[in-house]
Amino acid sequence: MKKDIIIIGGGVVGCAVARLLSRYEADIALLEGASDVAEGASKANSGIVHAGFDAKPGTLKAKLNVEGARMYPALCAEVDAPYGQPGAMVLAFTEEERGTIRTLYEQGVANGVEGLRVIEREEVLSLEPNVNPGVVCALLAPTSGITSPYELTCALADHAAVNGVDFLLDTFVQSVRPGSEGYLLETTRGPMEARIVINCAGVDSARLHNQLCPEKPLTIIPRKGEYYLLDHTKPLAFSMTLFQTPTKMGKGVLVSPTVHGNLLLGPSAIDVEDGTAVETTAEALKLVADAARKTWPGESLRGVITTFAGIRAHEANGDFVIGAVEGAPGAYETVGIESPGLTSAPAIAEMLVEQIARENSLSEKAEWKPAPRREKPFYAMTLEERVAIVQKDPGYGTLVCRCEEVTEAEIRAAIRRPVGARTIDAVKRRTRAGMGRCQGGFCSPRVLEILSEELGIDPTEVTKCGGNSRLLVGTIAEAARKEDA
Amino acid sequence: MEQQITCINCPVGCRLQVVVEDGEVKSVTGNSCNRGITYAKQECVAPQRMVTAVVPVSGRKCPVSVKTRTPIPKEKISACMRQLAGLDVRPPVHMGEVVCPDVCGTGVDIIATKTVE
Amino acid sequence: MLSQELRSQVQYVDVLVIGAGPAGMAAAIAAREAGVENLLVLERENDMGGILRQCIHNGFGLHRFKEELTGPEYAQRDIDRVKELGIEVRCGTTVLSVDGERFVTAVSREKGVQLFEAGAIVLAMGCRERPRGALATPGTRCAGVFSAGTAQKFVNLEGYMPGKRVVILGSGDIGLIMARRMTLQGAKVLACVELMPYSSGLNRNIVQCLQDYDIPLMLSHTVIDIQGRERLSGVTVAQVDQNRQPIPGTEKHFDCDTLLLSVGLIPENELSQQAGVEMSPLTQGAVVDDSLQTSREGIFACGNVLHVHDLVDFVSAESFKAGKAAADYVQGKARKGAYIALKDGEGVRGVVPQRLLKPEGEAQGVQVMFRPAGVYENATLCVMDGDREILRQRKRILTPGEMAELTLKPEHIASLSGADVTVCVKQ
Repeated sequence: MKKDIIIIGGGVVGCAVARLLSRYEADIALLEGASDVAEGASKANSGIVHAGFDAKPGTLKAKLNVEGARMYPALCAEVDAPYGQPGAMVLAFTEEERGTIRTLYEQGVANGVEGLRVIEREEVLSLEPNVNPGVVCALLAPTSGITSPYELTCALADHAAVNGVDFLLDTFVQSVRPGSEGYLLETTRGPMEARIVINCAGVDSARLHNQLCPEKPLTIIPRKGEYYLLDHTKPLAFSMTLFQTPTKMGKGVLVSPTVHGNLLLGPSAIDVEDGTAVETTAEALKLVADAARKTWPGESLRGVITTFAGIRAHEANGDFVIGAVEGAPGAYETVGIESPGLTSAPAIAEMLVEQIARENSLSEKAEWKPAPRREKPFYAMTLEERVAIVQKDPGYGTLVCRCEEVTEAEIRAAIRRPVGARTIDAVKRRTRAGMGRCQGGFCSPRVLEILSEELGIDPTEVTKCGGNSRLLVGTIAEAARKEDA
Repeated sequence: MEQQITCINCPVGCRLQVVVEDGEVKSVTGNSCNRGITYAKQECVAPQRMVTAVVPVSGRKCPVSVKTRTPIPKEKISACMRQLAGLDVRPPVHMGEVVCPDVCGTGVDIIATKTVE
Repeated sequence: MLSQELRSQVQYVDVLVIGAGPAGMAAAIAAREAGVENLLVLERENDMGGILRQCIHNGFGLHRFKEELTGPEYAQRDIDRVKELGIEVRCGTTVLSVDGERFVTAVSREKGVQLFEAGAIVLAMGCRERPRGALATPGTRCAGVFSAGTAQKFVNLEGYMPGKRVVILGSGDIGLIMARRMTLQGAKVLACVELMPYSSGLNRNIVQCLQDYDIPLMLSHTVIDIQGRERLSGVTVAQVDQNRQPIPGTEKHFDCDTLLLSVGLIPENELSQQAGVEMSPLTQGAVVDDSLQTSREGIFACGNVLHVHDLVDFVSAESFKAGKAAADYVQGKARKGAYIALKDGEGVRGVVPQRLLKPEGEAQGVQVMFRPAGVYENATLCVMDGDREILRQRKRILTPGEMAELTLKPEHIASLSGADVTVCVKQ
């Protein structure tokens, strides 16, 4: 297979890059090793659109964070992804921490963050009555936002796909090296060739960088973060994202509402050897629960519906590495995209694609199709809207996921999207079926059946998340015959 | 010899003390109804179980659930399952219908416990 | 506020029953038998029968029918009666909202969004299983971890095997039943692991589902790690101490492709909460009086949505009462009187009902159900009216795995002083 441009990695950055590149005349493919986009760090992070006071002024992180955060409301509206702006507070519990709050404030102002204020205890407690009354003061960041990182990634991918980008899933890039014109890639789906390669491989990005630029190697230290997700209840204990004052040990644990009205506690931050080791551990989860209690003394884990872990791609030098790969013409990269990577993704894409277009004289297409519109989710519809949609499409009349109120029509639509869902988890990320308090106990058999119908595969071939993650091992008849043999 | 068994006749699950001599039950205590005595006498000499299972129905997505009409000897359970695995059940099957007469020579029929049209 | 157009679509129903499992069917049958003509049952599945449809094992109906039936057979008796009485049941219909004024919205493929105003509502939505996520069991999130009921649905209703080598976490009845089901269908069940020092399942199931097949029951153990990137490859089990914390050095590894969870059932009360019904943190169901009426007038609850039962026979019995009470309510025959609180005492958890009505007229007997807080042998159950003991009963064995019950006679109710009534276990 030969392409003009190959993007490696279907996380939020790869998909944002793919979307912007699809404005140009070029034959583009995005390769993703997993069975879906957003299967890496983009599916398991805090989902915060950071205001931009964390990063040191002058760094790429600071610049792209603030730019990215400003792009979010319009981008999410354009591609139809959830976005909210609940604001955030960084809580200080000692006078010593007040000093750090002051520093964050000044840093934020220097980075160009708007609306920052240091507020005192009374105001903190009036804004968030469930906060630990031992709070001293807080940095208030009204522009801090939240999004659904995997839904955003899927939406970006769809927009790229309708503009001609090929999404090749289950395509892991084993190696990349210079060829006669451009680059040769060895992948799990055979060799491929491209004039331009863009490495957006997240936790795997240093490996590819080092193949392209062995003289100046980069090191990714996979950093694992574990989280608790609590059920959506009304009212939620908190309406804003609550950080703790960062220490030398790290940014600490946050407590935040999600765009879907759940409460998220986490993350831990533990460096691990294996960038794919996303198992949770009792130790880290305890650490998160204990740390979150400092923000929320009334913490109750009774509402926990799941726990999960994500890996952040921390680069040893601490800043994002974005741009052309040194000594490898036509190769570009985004390496070390950890927090605030989600926030920065739109700005990272804009910066990189602008550079690629300029350096390679790409010409803009006459027409760039708008992002495909989706129906509003059934759970978010008013009664009148529900009445109307079921009249239009009876598939909305069958609720498959009772916890999150997801209908059969929406599940079928998710499978038929440009970058459609092919697994149970992929359906879940696009529709929320199985995201609720029963965690798919009731709906997974039905989702499995719909996937098998839509994809034209046997029910035993349906997987949770690709590969060998099948849910069913055979029919009862087969099992009985084996027993017999 | 005294044996401790749990009565499985009903959900109460009485803990029974059974005295068995020469393969014969001499006394049963701990039961809260007469079925406990009957159960203990059977269980300590020739244990029996109801067997329930599902069997595929040709051309239907949904299997049919079945049961032994009455309990069968415990040691026949796996033979019974093997026989069920070889059954070719055709729709329609109605609740109560015999899908396999005299399973494994026990004299007990296997009957459908639901209807598959 | 409803638009004019929507308001014209509202259908009035005397008694609306939510759910056509054993609870909903019994409530509907009782309401119709009490003379309610304008009666409607809404069921989200495509068939009546609820979870009994997948409970193909026997052991149902001994109390109610004096014979041993399988789940589908038990359900069929109610389904037949519902049909015989001509009760309207809308299957494939999910209730979307219920409010305190008994305005209900529902949706189905055939009829679209449906709006109801009900004279009385019977909540009979049943319960759901506690998922792995709620346990925060460490490990990967691979395929092969199922709640036991989900696996039961795959095997018994759809004819598929969810795995071949199985460990079961939790010794609830569904887990025990599935240990036998999976074994009989050709899988190897390696162990049943229970956190508590006692099983939460019925004794008969331990005997006929585990012991019969030499499946070890590991009490005071839990799963501390789940392994496998794509499909489950194994779990690590460890013994726990008195505080239910894993004891280092007791870890044991099992190679398996399936972990079934049977770690508790939770009444499915999202609609009840929407309706503003007062909830009990102990039963996780509604707070009800002895006619099964919730804190919202005209809204009744019964079956597993009220409190998780062990036996469907008791679900049916409770639900007949609720259906009758709903009928009484819409027919203007609701009782009047003073409410007295019924509370958990020592050794008692989640007493139902939580309120007794001392009626102005003739008193009726009241069945009281609860779960013992621990295992007690040869204990005494006592009912106290303030400081005065009004009832005492010997129990040979009380365990949390088996719902306990006692009956207050009409004379007990009539004699109540008005002080809080307490049920307790005395050693």
